[in-house]
Amino acid sequence: MTVTNTQTLVALDLPNPSRSSRLKLGLSDTVTLTLRDLRVWVRNPAFIFFTIIQPVMFVLLFRYVFGGAIQVKVPGGYVSFLMPGIIAQSAAFASFGTAIALARQLQKGVIDRFRAMPMARSAVLLGRLVGDAIRLLVTVLVILGVGYLVGFRFSNGFLPAILMLILGVVFGVTICTVSAFVGLAIKDEESVGSFGLVWLFPLTFVSAAFVPVQSMPGWLQAFANNQPVTIVIDEMRSLALGGPLTLHAWQSGVWLAGIIAVFVPLAVRAYRKAT
Amino acid sequence: MSSFNDGAGWDGPAIFVEDVHKSFGKVQALSGIDLVVERGKVLGLLGPNGAGKTTAVKILTTLIKPDRGRALVEGRDVLRSPAAVRDIIGLAGQSAAIQEELTGRENLEIMGRLYHLDPDTRRRRSNELLEQFDLLDAADRPTKGYSGGMQRRLDLALSLVSLPRVLFLDEPTTGLDPRSRLGMWEVIRELVSIGTTLLLTTQYLEEADELADEIVVIDHGKVIAAGTALELKNRVGGDVVQFEVVEKSRIGEAAEAVRSLSESDLATDGESGQVSLRVGKNGSQALVETVRRLDALGIQTEGLAVRRPSLDDVFLSLTGHGAEEPEASSSSSRRRAGKRH
Repeated sequence: MTVTNTQTLVALDLPNPSRSSRLKLGLSDTVTLTLRDLRVWVRNPAFIFFTIIQPVMFVLLFRYVFGGAIQVKVPGGYVSFLMPGIIAQSAAFASFGTAIALARQLQKGVIDRFRAMPMARSAVLLGRLVGDAIRLLVTVLVILGVGYLVGFRFSNGFLPAILMLILGVVFGVTICTVSAFVGLAIKDEESVGSFGLVWLFPLTFVSAAFVPVQSMPGWLQAFANNQPVTIVIDEMRSLALGGPLTLHAWQSGVWLAGIIAVFVPLAVRAYRKAT
Repeated sequence: MSSFNDGAGWDGPAIFVEDVHKSFGKVQALSGIDLVVERGKVLGLLGPNGAGKTTAVKILTTLIKPDRGRALVEGRDVLRSPAAVRDIIGLAGQSAAIQEELTGRENLEIMGRLYHLDPDTRRRRSNELLEQFDLLDAADRPTKGYSGGMQRRLDLALSLVSLPRVLFLDEPTTGLDPRSRLGMWEVIRELVSIGTTLLLTTQYLEEADELADEIVVIDHGKVIAAGTALELKNRVGGDVVQFEVVEKSRIGEAAEAVRSLSESDLATDGESGQVSLRVGKNGSQALVETVRRLDALGIQTEGLAVRRPSLDDVFLSLTGHGAEEPEASSSSSRRRAGKRH
């Protein structure tokens, strides 16, 4: 090679962008990617199935097929008991999409392309999570609409009802941060799907989502009573139907904040290292 | 567009790589490579799978950091000013980084947004690129329905939205059918004609021969040869006599018969029955002698010809194995040995 006088090649001294301009670009890139994400979502029939049709089927299944056999002691009967559970379960299952989408983008090289561009590196993850929040809101509203048709009623006032809705979405986004980490760490679309089943099924079904925990054997109750899904669902039930709020409220807050505090940095790290 | 795009004060080469090392765990992907690409030139980075081509591209596009050494793109250090590097490069990868649910135009527009172009520039650029890459008719259809060649063209178009000064193409035609490959070559030649500096990695010797001003051959993370296609071919020197043995079991016999005509080691491929040998300057005489010797043994051949050396021959002589089948020569020599009684 003709490598001559390399000593004279002094790199240009160029500043990296300032913090404030990075913040501005990060915001605009996040909006761009969120809109891209949502546009892809509404065009893909499979996504619509998982975010809307599947939760509706679950409502009808539990309300009319299993519901008759499950005894609960809440005002309004099983349909009232069921609604917060279905919302939490659907929100958790929606996070499959997050893990699979990120793994696929990584595999296809989309994320590499983005990282070689002068855009904010955080925007890919943030855009996905903001998109998730909007999708979750749609899903929760659809479930509540169907719930109202089959006899569910909020019985604790307007503000707590709104708070329940927000808690459902925040819970879903929290689970999505775990899934984001799983997707970026495992990187393989199919393994991500199977792994999702392994942790999401027990977490949502061995909880107070569909049946009272008291109906489970004692050893299972110990797990079901103390895991975050049950705690969040209990809180959502109290908000929707009335009941003791304070204890569940701070427990839910601590759990959700804790999960976010652990998994957001993990996801960011996996994203940085993934290539 | 961007505050870094003035490029003031740099009159060195567009790409400058000096003694770059990179390992992943115990695997040494690059063990000290040097590259220099002058502005507006095309460098073909050639090597078998796993030679370190993609690692080199990833370092130059700021996706991974080198363990040691320096890498500058238009004078911008990939370690010290990665953001300034990203401002002036384009990257098109091995697989199409397009969103299938969106149309070609939408894909381009979103890229424009991510490069922070204003709306007018975005629209204009998208139209220009759609026209340039012959995608206007399909512009408003979801890209899911595009052919492989169209997807690859769109993918390349996406990397050009910001008018990059230095473009990296990582195996741009891998997996394409021959016709689409020719189409891509044409598009790439056009790009180069407007002065874009291009670093192209490929496994296809023919592709580097067609497109590159200079070729760097790497193997096991090291540069093993550099120069123009012509220089590399001259280095190998001489004509090549090549033929296929019809009765493949007699390939060893045929190789022994002509071995003394070869200036250096001859290559055999047991699978196709192909034998090729470098015969120096006197190609036609060697051809006649080959016919005579094989005929005397009653060995039938097909496609007997004398030709100028190709980059395949260059690769073979440099690495001791072919470009696409790293084990071809050793396994065929094993087979040859086995047949001897």
